[in-house]
Amino acid sequence: MPRLSQPHLLGIKNITRDDIELIFETADNFKEVINRPIKKVPSLRDVTIANVFFENSTRTRLSFELAQKRLSADVINFTASTSSVKKGETLLDTVNNILAMKVDMIVMRHASAGAPHFLSRHIKANIINAGDGTHEHPTQALLDAYSIREKLKTVKGKKVAIIGDILHSRVALSNIFALKKLGAEVLVCGPPTLMPKYISHLGVKVEWDLHKALAWCDVANVLRIQLERQQLKYFPSLREYSLYYGITKKTLDKLKKDIVLMHPGPINRGVELSSDAADSHHSIILDQVQNGVAIRMAVMYLLAGAQS
Amino acid sequence: MQKKLILDSDLLTVTIHRLCQELIENHGDFESTVLLGLQPRGIFLAEWIKTKLTSIRKKEIPLGYLDATFHRDDFRRRDIPAKASETRVPFLIEGKKVVLIDDVLYTGRTVRAALDAMIAFGRPEKVELLVLIDRKRTRELPISADYVGKYVNTLDSQRVLVELDADRKHNTIWLINKE
Repeated sequence: MPRLSQPHLLGIKNITRDDIELIFETADNFKEVINRPIKKVPSLRDVTIANVFFENSTRTRLSFELAQKRLSADVINFTASTSSVKKGETLLDTVNNILAMKVDMIVMRHASAGAPHFLSRHIKANIINAGDGTHEHPTQALLDAYSIREKLKTVKGKKVAIIGDILHSRVALSNIFALKKLGAEVLVCGPPTLMPKYISHLGVKVEWDLHKALAWCDVANVLRIQLERQQLKYFPSLREYSLYYGITKKTLDKLKKDIVLMHPGPINRGVELSSDAADSHHSIILDQVQNGVAIRMAVMYLLAGAQS
Repeated sequence: MQKKLILDSDLLTVTIHRLCQELIENHGDFESTVLLGLQPRGIFLAEWIKTKLTSIRKKEIPLGYLDATFHRDDFRRRDIPAKASETRVPFLIEGKKVVLIDDVLYTGRTVRAALDAMIAFGRPEKVELLVLIDRKRTRELPISADYVGKYVNTLDSQRVLVELDADRKHNTIWLINKE
């Protein structure tokens, strides 16, 4: 049955493999839609969606907003920095106020892990998690896996290395869940200080040496060094990080095979990826961005359509 | 489950042939005509008609697939969202004559959605509708077909089952009484 098992998209952990396949198949159709001369369909024209962002975001929010407009939904945007949150309103009050204006779906980003899960227990609208703290970022993981599927035909059996700041990365955690559910092998690679203690319990390999990780993988998903989350010093300097974990064209040329290079953006050019690597033929970074719109259209279409 | 045969394989071949002749009458050499099969079930009929026309006119006639799922008017009014199929329109329809092709014309809502979906690919000069089976007096919208294989009197409780074979040897169309 073409229906998601959940009324919300809180995390990849909560959804099934069938859900992911259904989202991918629906995204295939939307990818065709966004390449038409007229890129808009009227499916969600009586649906109102609020984008509630308690944390900064450019591309995720743009991508969601574009997806909503392509589906003809009505969109309202809410940013914490310009709102009553500053005056001391609670999360639940804020969201209930928005819902009182007859909003059907909430896309939320929040700095605290579990914030969308908490909300889903108290309100009726569909909730999409657009990133909660260092916990999950499900639509990013879906579009990453979708981009791998597009480039390599399948995700099953592929070897994917996630490289960089695993400790602070919600992208890494969601990616691990999604890739494992789709049958890929996953390896995480980064400095020991940026590696969560029990990460291997999730069924992933752990590697400290970048060159070994690259030699092993078919796909390298390179994460951003999140400078804003590093109050403590996890490594001596950016220069040292980029010496040990930065990927350059030279590193890629040394490999005896072609690997696919991904990055969720925004890139710190010269830190985790050099410019010549980011712009090389290995990179599918801009395909990821385009697929992001199709994936988000699919998720919102399936969630909005499931209620009678 | 009661089944009644509406068209058998031989008659169906004759019907398809007649529909092709009617198309040729109105479109001549198909200079600016394109065919659009409606997903999911109209595309087999559209393929058949295209093959037949190509062999009669000795030229390739453009055929596309159109899926109208995202333009349906019953979204959020049914329990589960309808599943979309592939849309493939590898040509511009701006200024072209378009023949929409579907197997069964019932309420007319799919055709309305398809007209909506089609406009995303340009403004055609003219749009026509070809259906294999026209269920009489069941329309919910002011839509009628230009080319009809067969008119059938049906009840709402009945269903028309079109079975088209890949090799086009064992095609049948049934009228089924639902339980």
